[in-house]
Amino acid sequence: MQKVYTKIDSIIGNVITVRAEGVKYGDLALVGDSYANIIKLDNDKVSLQVFAGGQGVSTTDPVRFLGKPMMVSFSDHLLGRVFNGAGVPRDNGPALTENMIPIGGPSVNPAKRVIPKKMIRTGIPMIDVFNTLVESQKLPIFSISGEPYNQLLARIALQAEVDVIVLGGMGLKYDDYLFFRDTLEKGGAMGHTVMFVHTAADPTVECTLVPDMALAVAERFALDGKRVLVLLTDMTNFADSMKETAITMEQVPANRGYPGDLYSCLASRYEKAVDFDGAGSLTILGVTTMPGDDVTHPVPDNTGYITEGQYYLKNGHIEPFGSLSRLKQNVNGDTRNDHRALMDGMIKLYSSYKESLEKKSMGFSMSAWDEKLLKYGELFETKLMDLAVNISLEDALDLGWKILAECFEPNETGLKTSLIEERWPKALS
Amino acid sequence: MEKIIGKVTGVNGNLVSVEVDGSIRKNEVGYVVVGDKKLKGEVIKLNNGIASMQIYEMTEGIKVGDDVEFTSELMSVELGPGLLSRVYDGLQNPLPELAEECGFFLERGTYLNPIPDKDWEFTPIVKVGDSVHPGDALGTVPEGLFKHDIMVPFGLKDSGWTVKSIAEKGTYNVRATIAVIADKNGNEKELSMVFSWPVKKAITCYKERLSPDETLVTKIRCIDTFLPIAKGGTFCTPGPFGAGKTVLQHMQAKNSDVDVVIVAACGERAGEVVEILKEFPELTDPRTGRSLMERTIIICNTSSMPVAAREASVYTAITMAEYYRQMGLSVMLLADSTSRWAQALREMSGRLEEIPGEEAFPAYLESLIAAFYERAGKVRLNDGRIASVTVGGTVSPAGGNFEEPVTQATLKVVGAFHGLSRERSDARKYPSIHPIDSWSKYKGVVDMDKVAVGRNILIHSSEINQMMKVVGEEGTSADDYVIYQKGEMLDAVYFQQNSFDDVDAACEPERQVHEYDILYDILTLKFKFEDKNDIRAFFNELRQKFLDWHGIVFGTDAYAAKEKEILDFYKAKAVN
Repeated sequence: MQKVYTKIDSIIGNVITVRAEGVKYGDLALVGDSYANIIKLDNDKVSLQVFAGGQGVSTTDPVRFLGKPMMVSFSDHLLGRVFNGAGVPRDNGPALTENMIPIGGPSVNPAKRVIPKKMIRTGIPMIDVFNTLVESQKLPIFSISGEPYNQLLARIALQAEVDVIVLGGMGLKYDDYLFFRDTLEKGGAMGHTVMFVHTAADPTVECTLVPDMALAVAERFALDGKRVLVLLTDMTNFADSMKETAITMEQVPANRGYPGDLYSCLASRYEKAVDFDGAGSLTILGVTTMPGDDVTHPVPDNTGYITEGQYYLKNGHIEPFGSLSRLKQNVNGDTRNDHRALMDGMIKLYSSYKESLEKKSMGFSMSAWDEKLLKYGELFETKLMDLAVNISLEDALDLGWKILAECFEPNETGLKTSLIEERWPKALS
Repeated sequence: MEKIIGKVTGVNGNLVSVEVDGSIRKNEVGYVVVGDKKLKGEVIKLNNGIASMQIYEMTEGIKVGDDVEFTSELMSVELGPGLLSRVYDGLQNPLPELAEECGFFLERGTYLNPIPDKDWEFTPIVKVGDSVHPGDALGTVPEGLFKHDIMVPFGLKDSGWTVKSIAEKGTYNVRATIAVIADKNGNEKELSMVFSWPVKKAITCYKERLSPDETLVTKIRCIDTFLPIAKGGTFCTPGPFGAGKTVLQHMQAKNSDVDVVIVAACGERAGEVVEILKEFPELTDPRTGRSLMERTIIICNTSSMPVAAREASVYTAITMAEYYRQMGLSVMLLADSTSRWAQALREMSGRLEEIPGEEAFPAYLESLIAAFYERAGKVRLNDGRIASVTVGGTVSPAGGNFEEPVTQATLKVVGAFHGLSRERSDARKYPSIHPIDSWSKYKGVVDMDKVAVGRNILIHSSEINQMMKVVGEEGTSADDYVIYQKGEMLDAVYFQQNSFDDVDAACEPERQVHEYDILYDILTLKFKFEDKNDIRAFFNELRQKFLDWHGIVFGTDAYAAKEKEILDFYKAKAVN
């Protein structure tokens, strides 16, 4: 029997309280037509956070407790569909109700994880060659507003060699949502994609649900043996929504108004990334916009402690310095024999190029070596760093050798002689 | 005894309020009954008949009116043979066994026996009629490399216990009775090989604490020579993300000269624990030739596991460390990271609506951190043996800023500070311990006076480097330029160490003394140079020779040959 309560005691922000008995912490309720979940129990006083927001909720609205926690439907029918943060379709398709699974489930036993050893090819040289993405890795893209991070994510979604893509959009501009939808449809990737999208105009609470929904679904696909890539954009909006709720609940803020459990909340989402021992894998690529380009801001800072490296997106390309894939060592030894050496060598030369560039801008005279470096840097930036480049890892490595050969003598590259003999382009040397 | 039962009156995150009728203790353990599951929790506050409990599991599904069973025992761990080489969560649940039981996920409310049900070859030490005290060995069982002492439980009142019976040499189950002891009033107590101990209480069954005066060799050059740690001492490693804290700790766990290593992965990435889990069994301990895992215990409460158990995990780890210290062993505890533990305290403090201190951390943070590190120490046991617990904790300061409360509270109580720097890790200078900002109060493997000279050159060199950024190389005198190059060289060939090179990864203390002597000679010698290009070329070549030398096994002919090459090279340039 469902009991209906019709006396709401208080409505503060998105949180309402009602007196009720026998309800379970975390359970779902219907307030009017909107879903809500229980976030606090104090004797018979029940606090609920209303997904659609507190606006317009009346003290006499009926509250029905559904006796179950927040769930999401899981089946192959999800593929190609778009939902909002509460799991309601936003693509005019039918609502899915079969095989409901709980969201925000328990964490994976470390004893059932394996050391990640499989590379994900993306066709983007700055990722494949220099900071390889590895299955089960969790990597954020640190960026400032205005950078083409969503374009980058969309390209990775189109090009990455994975079975299923789950996109979680938080606080997306409506145009960005349309961009993702259209790009994936045009690129033919929509057939293996599920989207959970919260746009900036939607209620805040739904924003905090998006990662859990996306990850719960992704986890099931991974358990079915699929290689899943989860794209989350933008995690800073997620953190800001949490901040909003925490402050409404009068929690003591820790740093810059964010709740004290920011680290745990972010970690419990990112840690869903896993390579199962005997099943598929779940890889997370998130976007974290840094307010004011400040990496010490609580959101990027806490994220950096959780994730396995980061990509810095600056001036439209992935920065070779600062960007780091902590797991690349696990895979780039087995790709091609020149991968590691070429990666290190090219980055060292690029860093010398930066020094020469600095010298040039300060008005020092340029030596012949400086001129070589300047030519190299330019080629490197246009041919490899440009995000529009889409070539396989092997082609990218060959291209790397070609660029080196165009600019330097073999002994100037600092690469091992045996490798140079094997790989140096013959026509040009 | 009748069980005390309470009723849930409120739930807020992992904080559950319980109405209790009857006597309960602060910090006692209770279980919230949710359907067929029992969720473990600890009483952290009592007020007006309402007990506030932190629940070590996810609290979804608890409702007002649910039963809570109290155990009248404090949060404890089980101690006994079979702890070594095992992997536990923060509440001493064995994870591999849990995986067999529950599959891929950590199902809440499942608690398994931490001590494996196994038979051990017991050899008695005491005889019937002997008088024994808490912490005295009754007998031993062989556990891996060690003789594991089976001891009189530490928690017994010290009131003249005598042995009434003791098992004969033979094989017994770990939970079988192996001895009966009686106090002077004739109250008898049956003892097995296992007993429990409350984790938040230090084990003090030793004669006296000694000062930590013996260097703990880690085979990491910059630590052993410049920033040493001591057996029974404490040290902390703060650093921003990506500075290599965890890699450094893994190096310490692999190479340190101790009997037992306990790794407490507290609120960090699960992937890093997996690396230890899968790598350590494959690696051999150079001291014993056996698998590294045989001397290791892993306690892991990774960042996505319930927060409250994170706090318990560091205490679980240090209690096990103290237990093995009671057997005369030297134990090292590596906690990664204590900031996560402090954050767990902060979350709980916020839910209890306590008045926040700096950055919302609770006011008692400092005293808790101090009390934790104070559990380290070198001791003389009751039978005269010397044993030690060394504690090293990483700190993850917000924004990499060492001014924050957790770093500052830790710095007050540790004996060595290894501050990691982002600048150095960005420049790929590993280990990225900052050579000038870091300090240690302990004695190292190399003569202290010589070390002081090296340190001075480093400081001087870094000052000159700063100056050179303004006035350029041209504006720097040749003498200063030589000092700058000497400092750079000391940094490059001594502070930096390649942990991926098989030979360079572990540098024995004898080798450190030997190589530092040669470096010291170079640092203090006067050389004759033409110009700055000459200076740079000389030091570049010398550095290259040193780096090659690091890749050669100590004491071999090739090593001696390279050494001669280096000596010939620099002595040719020296001015007498």
